[in-house]
Amino acid sequence: MTTVSLVPVAVVLPLIGFLVNGLAGRLLKREALIGAIGSATVGAGFIIGCLLLRELLSLPADHRTFGVTLYSWIAAGGLHTSVAYQVDPLSVTMLLIVTGVGFLIHLYAIGYMHGDPGFWRFFAYLNLFVFAMLNLVMADNFLLLFLGWEGVGLCSYLLIGFWYNRTFESGTTGDAAKKAFIVNRVGDFGFLIGMFLIFSTFGSLQFQTVFGLAERMPVGAPVIVAITLALFIGATGKSAQIPLFVWLPDAMAGPTPVSALIHAATMVTAGVYMVARCSLLYALAPVSLHVVAAVGACTALLAATIGLVQNDIKKVLAYSTISQLGYMFLALGVGAFSAALFHVMTHAFFKALLFLGAGAVIHAMHDEQNIQKMGGLKSVMPVTYWTFVAGAVAIAGIFPFSGFFSKDEILWQAFAGGHWVLWLMGLAGAGLTAFYMFRLVTLTFDGETRWTHGVHPHEAPKIMTVPLMALAALSVVGGIAGIPASLGGGNAMEHWLEPVFQPAMDRLGAHAGHGEATEYLLMAVSLGVALSGIFLARYWYLKRNDIPASLSTAFPRGYTLLMRKYYVDEIYDAVIVRPVARGSEKLLWRIVDVGIIDWSVNAIARITGVIGRTMRLVQTGVTQSYAFIFVLGVVAILGWILAH
Amino acid sequence: MNIPVTPGDLLAIGPISVMFAGALVVLLAESIFRNGEAWNRWLALAGFLAAGTVAFLNTGWSGVAFGGTVATGGFANYCAIVYASAGALSVLLSTDYLRKTGIAFGEYYALLMIAVLGMMLMGAALDLVVFFLGLETMSIAFYVLAAFARSQGTSNESGLKYFLLGAFATGFLLYGIALVYGTTGTTSIPLIRDKAPSLIGTPVFTIGLALILIGLLFKIAAVPFHMWAPDVYEGAPTPVSGFMATGGKAAAFAAFLVLFRPEVLGGEKGLRDVIAVVAAASMIFGNVVAIAQSSIKRMLAYSSIAHAGYILVGVVAANATGANGVLFYLMAYTVMNIGAFGVLAMVENGAGENLHFEDYAGLSAQAPVLSLMMALFMFSLAGVPPFAGFFGKYYVFAGAIQAGYTWLAIVGVLMSVVSAYYYLRLVVMMYFTAASASPRRVGKSSAGLLALGIAVAALVYLGLFPSTIIDVTSRFF
Amino acid sequence: MLTEFGRVFLFILIGIVFVAIGLVVAWLLRPHRPYPSKRTTYECGETPVGDTRMRFNVRFYVIALIFIVFDVEVVFLFPWALVYLSLGWFAFFEMIAFLTILFAGYAYVWRKGDLEWDRPAPRIPRYERGVGVREARLTEDEIAV
Repeated sequence: MTTVSLVPVAVVLPLIGFLVNGLAGRLLKREALIGAIGSATVGAGFIIGCLLLRELLSLPADHRTFGVTLYSWIAAGGLHTSVAYQVDPLSVTMLLIVTGVGFLIHLYAIGYMHGDPGFWRFFAYLNLFVFAMLNLVMADNFLLLFLGWEGVGLCSYLLIGFWYNRTFESGTTGDAAKKAFIVNRVGDFGFLIGMFLIFSTFGSLQFQTVFGLAERMPVGAPVIVAITLALFIGATGKSAQIPLFVWLPDAMAGPTPVSALIHAATMVTAGVYMVARCSLLYALAPVSLHVVAAVGACTALLAATIGLVQNDIKKVLAYSTISQLGYMFLALGVGAFSAALFHVMTHAFFKALLFLGAGAVIHAMHDEQNIQKMGGLKSVMPVTYWTFVAGAVAIAGIFPFSGFFSKDEILWQAFAGGHWVLWLMGLAGAGLTAFYMFRLVTLTFDGETRWTHGVHPHEAPKIMTVPLMALAALSVVGGIAGIPASLGGGNAMEHWLEPVFQPAMDRLGAHAGHGEATEYLLMAVSLGVALSGIFLARYWYLKRNDIPASLSTAFPRGYTLLMRKYYVDEIYDAVIVRPVARGSEKLLWRIVDVGIIDWSVNAIARITGVIGRTMRLVQTGVTQSYAFIFVLGVVAILGWILAH
Repeated sequence: MNIPVTPGDLLAIGPISVMFAGALVVLLAESIFRNGEAWNRWLALAGFLAAGTVAFLNTGWSGVAFGGTVATGGFANYCAIVYASAGALSVLLSTDYLRKTGIAFGEYYALLMIAVLGMMLMGAALDLVVFFLGLETMSIAFYVLAAFARSQGTSNESGLKYFLLGAFATGFLLYGIALVYGTTGTTSIPLIRDKAPSLIGTPVFTIGLALILIGLLFKIAAVPFHMWAPDVYEGAPTPVSGFMATGGKAAAFAAFLVLFRPEVLGGEKGLRDVIAVVAAASMIFGNVVAIAQSSIKRMLAYSSIAHAGYILVGVVAANATGANGVLFYLMAYTVMNIGAFGVLAMVENGAGENLHFEDYAGLSAQAPVLSLMMALFMFSLAGVPPFAGFFGKYYVFAGAIQAGYTWLAIVGVLMSVVSAYYYLRLVVMMYFTAASASPRRVGKSSAGLLALGIAVAALVYLGLFPSTIIDVTSRFF
Repeated sequence: MLTEFGRVFLFILIGIVFVAIGLVVAWLLRPHRPYPSKRTTYECGETPVGDTRMRFNVRFYVIALIFIVFDVEVVFLFPWALVYLSLGWFAFFEMIAFLTILFAGYAYVWRKGDLEWDRPAPRIPRYERGVGVREARLTEDEIAV
């Protein structure tokens, strides 16, 4: 199949973009050219993705998996790893999301980053990110996936700290970047352990081989449980779940297109993708599935409550992202893998849209991010307003916007699987989502203007609004891909991904049937909850401004608890960061490092130096003595041989 | 005995024939044209490239020529490619150096080509006599090259020392060949290999092998036959030192693999242990003494002793992984060490100065490109991934562990750590130390920069795609 | 009849007579003007009596080396001549190749003036020698590579 051979091209093009912009960007000077290179390399990947989609659709469902091996990468002992890509419905879906949304964000960034002295650097990083992300989703083995996994982590670090000379909260953007990197490293440790376990269990890191061997394992095998839990730790790091979600809100220190691309649409879904890719392993470990579901549901609810009170426009969106990622893990945990992927897709549309909209607002407000100082922007920025509302309605889950279908699918699957507690948590989260999103919309765009004089908000330029409109359109209609059967749709998404998840689904078994009536009822309930959330937000923040204020004074503790994000950062700081820092200073640095290691290293170095200076004295420069040593060597060797 | 020899044999040993014809042409051009040196530069470069190309085209196919005394294609051609690249890089790096030291004579290139011719013969030899012929052809050219800067005392000293000790070592080698011939009745290496199992334990045969071994150990500068190396490498013109330390070593190691093929050496436990001890001694001695050096050129000379030790580890392993590792290492070592000596040659001034660590202080500000390349060569020599040097070490150590010589691999790894000290010391000098008051004159040679660029590219390529080489070499064992 | 050894003996005799005739004729024809350095044992400008650690003129070595090369050539030509007919054209070309190599060397030595006892001034190619010349013309551009 010739189209499949284009996959490496799609992967490598952003790398070329990175090299061109990174090496020659300073010389290219012209922003249009740099932006065009950056965007075109990603856009080409999207076109290739579309071709692949068409090609795969023309084939029967169980013949849609292809491998493309570029070259043998590492051959060491029993480990044979190739740089090879796997083309199947799952990876093509991710390819389309990454390049499609990525392309729009690149376009937007041309306008957003206009005039920034680091323009070329920014696009180089973005392209490098896309390259790493494509390796992550297209890889046919764990090692290449891990390479992409680390690569996106690195790019995230570079991009969060992009404005390295700005302050962020109490520190600098560099602190935020470091926090992201270090928290991610904790997760990566889990991923590495999982990878080692996989290699020692199956003797391979290639997906097909590993899953092929895993099929013969019994359900609940301890080693599979260990592997899946270790991998999940990795996923909680990258996808910002409890307990490793703390980095994502701080990641908002980066430029807004970065927040949109990395911290909303693509990178954070890497954990979801990875769990989905390993669906078979998880299906073999019901315990791990329960853990995944529980962590997902708790994260969804917890992050949503924090989002209720935040005043930074990007912070609200960040917690909303964490919450939505929680839904995805909830879906994975109840075995609704395709629903999770569906939500990945719709979430990519509306969350990228919301972030880009927020970026337009921040741009217009001259880097003001506090929504309490906004208001009344509706009339000034109509395009941004309407697209933003479209995104908000979609994320709130209002029929027939895309978010409704994907979120409802997840809730339905949770309920149908008998996990009614999880369902209830999800439902509560949905209500909260609707509330905080419309709190955000209302405070930002409606009501009276609260900004100071001297600020002249203006609509964003075309290059920024066009991507907004495109994403808004996708947010509105994106749900078509997954209209459930009960609403007369074909749930195309589920059928499309079916071949990938079939082995896992076989092991999970079918759900107990609930009639369509139950499904309709649940839809109505969740719709009602969402609508009441919206209504409450509109009412409170437009008409009765005093209610939120009096609530916060009536329950000061509760309010502060939410405002300070459940003190998670403080707890981590007190329980982990400070003890480690103090321990490493007192014990590791002063005693172990300076006292023992440095001393012994210095001693060894000094001894080696002395030996070296002594031994070089043998080198007299006299040829006769060289010949003499030569003969001694001959005598020693012959003596040794004759003695044995 | 009737040896069927046909003109086809000359075609079969294509790279050797090309090298030979090239050397003759270069020698004549030198005497005929008024400005022979300028002609020879290009002629020699073309010769090396042609030989390398011919070798490359025939790597897949392998056979024998001249009645089974010379191997063609395959292994022999792989070696030929390594030598031809070493030669080509040396030509590019030499031209400017020869001019600024005032020794721009055309014979230089002829000698380079004759040395490469000898190396190729060694790599292709299937007969002890041919092997010896190649060895001497190479060595004599080296003796002259080492003394090429004839107005400098150090260079003369270098050539004379190398010649005296080389002749001394050759005596042992020849004696070994005689003893082996005496016990087996043949000089054909495959025939000796066939007879070897029945002769294991025969003292005269083993001593013969040991003496041949000693001759080779001398050529690769392994402890305790290394004494010549620091003096010779230091005194010889810098590009020549780089060429001798890489090409000459590679040729001796190729002969190692042919004479002591894994299946032969595997049976000779005593010899293997001897080589293991020599390897360990070389790694320890080379690295430890290199620390104490103040001249970079001399440091590189000791480091080349250490690298001989690393590569010997792959020989000791006597298995496919080790042998592949040796061949990979040779390729990697050739590019990175010629590169390091090349930078040295460019920074050195005409009077043999600017060779010390202090002279490199703050070089990165003055010559950023050159410093970056030198840093990469140093990283690779130290065995930092993802450069070629790392995978070379990785494969030879992996081979040793497979063969049960874990202690040797441990020594190797520990000594790599020691080596990082003096390699990185240079990087620290270039990047983190303030420049001295008087500015250096750093040579600017586009040919030299081209060669260094190629070496860096090869270094990175080999580090990223080590399997391209391993795939080829794994067919030889 | 002569035996095999008789023929060899005859050759020896002819050889002696041949050399003797040459020497005698030369003795009769040559001028006779002896002087001390001409009467020394080796008529080559070196004193035959004295310390063994003395310097020899390096030209002796050059001449000796060239002599040996062509001496060896002749030694190789004799056995070749014996098997020439049985090996055919291949042997012919092989010897041509061998001689080509030797003559290339010969041409080189001749052109370089190494066959002259009083060697003309060697042709040393012009080069920009030493630090001084380069330093003077070193530009800013050249310092920063």
